[in-house]
Amino acid sequence: MPRFQSAAELEAYRAQILAGRNPAKPCIAVCAGAACDGMDSAAVAAAFVAAAAPLGDKIEVRTTGCHGYCEKGPNVVVTPGDICYFEVQPTDVPEIIAATLKGEVVERLVYKDPNTGAKAVHMHEVPFYKHQTRLLIGDNPKIDPMRIDDYLAVGGYAALVKALSEMTPDQVLDEVKKANLRGRGGGGFPAGSKWETTKNAPEKTKYVIVNGHEGESAAFMDRAMLTGNPHKILEGLIIGAYAIGAQKGFMYTRHDMPLLEKHVRNALAQAKEYGLLGENILGSGFSLEVELHFDVGIFVSGESSALMRSIEGNPPEPRPKYIRTSVSGIWDKPSNLNNVETWANVPQIISKGAEWFTSIGSEKSKGTKLISLSGNVVNSGVVEVPMGTPLRTLVFDIGGGVRDGKTLKAIHFGGAMGGSIPADLIDAPLDFDGMSKLGAPIGAGGLLLMDEDTDMVEVARYLMDFLTKESCGKCVPCREGMKQMLQILTRITEGKGKQGDIERLEDLIQVTGVASLCALGKTSGDPLKSMFRYFKPEYEARIAAASGEPK
Amino acid sequence: MSKMCEKACEKDIDGIIEKYRGQPSSLIHALVEIQHANHWLPREVMQRVADALEVPFGQVLQIASFYKTFSLTPKGRHEVHVCGGMTCHLRGAAKLLEKVEEVTGLKAGETDAESRFTVESGACLGSCSIGPELIVDGKHYGRMTPDKAEAVLNSYK
Repeated sequence: MPRFQSAAELEAYRAQILAGRNPAKPCIAVCAGAACDGMDSAAVAAAFVAAAAPLGDKIEVRTTGCHGYCEKGPNVVVTPGDICYFEVQPTDVPEIIAATLKGEVVERLVYKDPNTGAKAVHMHEVPFYKHQTRLLIGDNPKIDPMRIDDYLAVGGYAALVKALSEMTPDQVLDEVKKANLRGRGGGGFPAGSKWETTKNAPEKTKYVIVNGHEGESAAFMDRAMLTGNPHKILEGLIIGAYAIGAQKGFMYTRHDMPLLEKHVRNALAQAKEYGLLGENILGSGFSLEVELHFDVGIFVSGESSALMRSIEGNPPEPRPKYIRTSVSGIWDKPSNLNNVETWANVPQIISKGAEWFTSIGSEKSKGTKLISLSGNVVNSGVVEVPMGTPLRTLVFDIGGGVRDGKTLKAIHFGGAMGGSIPADLIDAPLDFDGMSKLGAPIGAGGLLLMDEDTDMVEVARYLMDFLTKESCGKCVPCREGMKQMLQILTRITEGKGKQGDIERLEDLIQVTGVASLCALGKTSGDPLKSMFRYFKPEYEARIAAASGEPK
Repeated sequence: MSKMCEKACEKDIDGIIEKYRGQPSSLIHALVEIQHANHWLPREVMQRVADALEVPFGQVLQIASFYKTFSLTPKGRHEVHVCGGMTCHLRGAAKLLEKVEEVTGLKAGETDAESRFTVESGACLGSCSIGPELIVDGKHYGRMTPDKAEAVLNSYK
């Protein structure tokens, strides 16, 4: 494949790919996402490949990234028609192939409502999918992440073509600012303003970074995107680099997911081969190199300044925040860092415009949000809904409610630095500011359901234990403050709570929050704060029982 | 050297060190690759990395002891990871870890004298939908119960 020298050459090649594809030809997409892989979807995919081989050109088998409905993996989707088969085993393969060739459906493998028994054959009828707006993850079943042509076939890199050939860097930046795209990594900071700061920083050398660390416990949507559709994030990154004027990009991600590494490496190599990376991209005069870096197993390396230290080859210790990384980041050069999902939003904003983007979502939070739905929920998986969607839709319509017929006690957002809200706040909309006010900021988007049996004191202890182990130890308030909180919480869970423990914890939350260097320490007390706001009686009762006082 | 690492991987280590010679900023890359090839970082190897990449030995040790991925002691033939993520925790990971500790006779972080198992607990691996989860040598075993875990472990010799 020669390097494309111009946008026209790329578009001609895209037309050629599409002309060579027959939309009526049956295609079987086998999910190889993290959960399906854990249920041995590889064996299912191998069985399909073996069974399809003698059929020649009659049927296509594609191994894809995460489809979303992880609970019911291994997932298989057959096109045309988006027929969804769940919990597919290698032994089901001959039947699916035979039915597909005849244009029929294997009824026993389609979705069946656990209450009514009603069946749903097509993706848009399955309750888990039908309440979603899958702008980002919807392409996953259509793409073999190892094949750039699959991404081109769904319109990939058209936004890059548009940006490079029809827009100036300033126009690209304006569009992203107008779209009011807010960072998906946790803070919800407007991406456009951040880009502008780096763009306007005086240094000539500038960097752009994808934060794909995703260390938040029970968050798995970023790896679903990065593993399942790496080119989408790369396209966003290249467009961002063009707007900002960066010459080099970094993708920073997890070291413990071999498939993710393979797909991203391959995507970078293919993009380079096609002339979408490297010198003079599509003949535009704009050049960009992208390097892949890995975390080495510690949570704090997902913090932006720590992550940049790590890219330099230094220990990932955060820096005080008065030095902004967007002005002085990697090797003290202006460095713009955004989360995987933020970058993934960029191509569609450029293709369809800021006006379209702002028509989706709530007043102050635009677009869709990927959510990792898990915990005591019936249907766990990766979910994408417009911002502003009520939590009830997520929990009941999509999630199917609480497992084992139990009652919902709390909804937890944002992992170890997030917060828990009680079940009666379930009508709150999914919104950066609204959820923060309630004390459960959406963070990166890990949503956990907790059932009636959940011990909230134990949850707080567990989260504090996690953070204590992940602190880098550079600043004392974080290192020692969390340790003290953990000791008190452990004591309470062991039935040895003392009067005054709650006040002492409140004190520690405040000091650690004010005096720590980075977000890890600053927000380490947030889950506990939300517990004291909504579940204080549970703590008081435990302490009272321990000190022998009447409840 | 031969006591520290198998013959085959000595060559790998040499190759990795050569690849990054004179590149101090590639320290983490070099150590990760050696960790993956050799499963632990012997002191002599770290010294050679320090010399070749032209970084102080102290800095190599700082990185190697800070990140959880690196091991400064030899690991067992099979690395057993009990996911400690939040969903696995809510779904009973503690009981699973107890069982693993009972079967192997090891606490998290330990390796047995026969070098059969190294047990680890921690980092969420993002397969939350099939938690609680046991991962042995990178292979995921989803929806584990303590009984099933015993059978899984017994299949590794």
